Amino acid sequence: MSQDLVKLLEVKGVEKVFKVRIGTFGKKDLHALNGVSFDMFKGKTLSLVGESGCGKTTIGKVILGLYQANSGSVLFGERDIAKSTPKQRGVIQKEIQMIFQDPYSSLNPRKKIGTILEQPLKIHTNMDHKERMAVVHSLCSDVGIDPDYLDRYPHQFSGGQRQRIAIARAIILKPELILADEPISALDVSIQAQILNLMMDLQEKYHLTLLFITHDISVVKYISDFVAVMYLGEIVEYAPKEALFKSPRHPYTKMLLSTVPTIHTPLVTKSVLENGEVQTPIDLPQGCFFANRCEYRDETCDTVHPDMVDNGEGHWARCPKF
Amino acid sequence: MALLEVNNLKSYFFTKEGVVKAVDGNSFSIEKGEILGIVGESGAGKSVTGFSILNLLDPPGKIVEGEIIFEGKDLTKVNEEAFEKIRGDKIAMVFQDPQTSLNPVMTIGRQLMETMLYHNNSLSREEVYHASVAMLKRVELPSAEKRMESYPHQLSGGMKQRVVIAIALLNNPKLLIADEPTTALDVTIQAQILYLMKKLSSDFGSSLIFITHDIAVVSQLCDKIAVMYAGRIVEYGSKDEIIFDPKHPYTKGLIACLPTLNDNRERLYQIPGVMPSLLNLPKGCYFKERCEFADETCDVYPQKQIIGERVVYCHKI
Repeated sequence: MSQDLVKLLEVKGVEKVFKVRIGTFGKKDLHALNGVSFDMFKGKTLSLVGESGCGKTTIGKVILGLYQANSGSVLFGERDIAKSTPKQRGVIQKEIQMIFQDPYSSLNPRKKIGTILEQPLKIHTNMDHKERMAVVHSLCSDVGIDPDYLDRYPHQFSGGQRQRIAIARAIILKPELILADEPISALDVSIQAQILNLMMDLQEKYHLTLLFITHDISVVKYISDFVAVMYLGEIVEYAPKEALFKSPRHPYTKMLLSTVPTIHTPLVTKSVLENGEVQTPIDLPQGCFFANRCEYRDETCDTVHPDMVDNGEGHWARCPKF
Repeated sequence: MALLEVNNLKSYFFTKEGVVKAVDGNSFSIEKGEILGIVGESGAGKSVTGFSILNLLDPPGKIVEGEIIFEGKDLTKVNEEAFEKIRGDKIAMVFQDPQTSLNPVMTIGRQLMETMLYHNNSLSREEVYHASVAMLKRVELPSAEKRMESYPHQLSGGMKQRVVIAIALLNNPKLLIADEPTTALDVTIQAQILYLMKKLSSDFGSSLIFITHDIAVVSQLCDKIAVMYAGRIVEYGSKDEIIFDPKHPYTKGLIACLPTLNDNRERLYQIPGVMPSLLNLPKGCYFKERCEFADETCDVYPQKQIIGERVVYCHKI
């Protein structure tokens, strides 16, 4: 990897276990994160891809402080924030902001959007009302919301516009890191492209560092610098974008890429899909987590859990066969 | 004769705010064994089209005009009692969310058997049981016998959708309507379900209407495509015509803004603006405010044009 990358966030061996109730008396451990590690670099976008239940949102919430990790560390600058609540984090908390999936529920329906956007500045800065509104106005034009609409309520906007407002709120404090959890999945196709392009423009303008969490590997191609593929609570492949799309190393990544519907490819036939669905994170298998769906599986896959291995070019994968 | 022929269908909702023309004068047909895809954004009227065919519109919604000819009979003139014999038997539907389309307090087996017994009361329970297990095997649900005793919450999303498809196909329907059946599922599971639906529809010789917002899915699955915008079909034709040579600017936009895995574009193509509210439609062409080719001529709603097998509504072709 080139030297001009400055590390902003370092996630190391993060584990998160939830206790779940089984039946009336039983309790079991649900292993949502099983030793997740990755680095994020200043001004770069890392996309975290995986299916529902793979733990991609959980790791986002750990970074944000909404969950505390059971073990492992999340280094933000010098500080380990893996086990601290937002309160304990103090000033660091304003450096990490979030864009949620559903703009219908992430904006307070009783507040005008002017108030919603002004709120973070009120809490975290010493500006007076006039200064705050000046910042809000200039940001509105950046995200494509008419500043005349500031005294409207969220329900008066369409889904795409609401997501623009949510984005404006996330970047108004000029945070170091933005987590975007499926920011376009709730939107219509024609609007998805608008929001994705907007996020790329803003990233360029404000040099944002972005963690883009998604289940859709086809959009990742546009927005990312690095891509991490998650499966059942662990990263199975981590690589610069070009390398991952050109020569995916993990069978799961290959499967994801092959199942994306496009107008140029025929429907995926049987062979790729023969074997079932994701295992449950409650009783994890001893060997490779992906073994039950993998077409390259052999005996060792059932007994030995593979480690992440670098191919020498910063392209990591958790499969001994590739 | 086509299996289903929809002529000038108009389904309106009479709301307090005004009349919402959710489906406004659409015509299409489907032959035996054919797969028709209906594509459009949310609010375009795709689902209402499906519900109209099955006579499932609730007030204030109503079919105000048009014909739905199924096997020579106009379904808009069939009363509810007679329709119950058709629905689930000759025409079946698969909904978007398998979580809510199954009854949470009934076993999978009971739900399957009930569907079959309702339409074939001469069959014995044993026959129905075996037919149900056989159908679960057709949809490739692992350990089918055991699953007959399971409750819906014990199955994953993909497995539930397989059960829903099994129920829909149980009475060997002539027509299956699937409303976004894979939208709630993960991509890898989506691919499995799409494959299954294509295979089963050809095995059973059923026709399929596949409703989705994803034009890429439609291109993989369908023989014919209807593109809907703000309640009206704007382009309708064979898959190859629509996907590889789209004529309507909206269809072109939908295809261009698809993310693809094998190009080197830096940015995605975007259609500016949003679909107008059905309560507040612009005069003339509904797409004109988002269209790069629009001019004064577009202030009148375009007439139907027929190019080859395809129907398209646009002044600028």
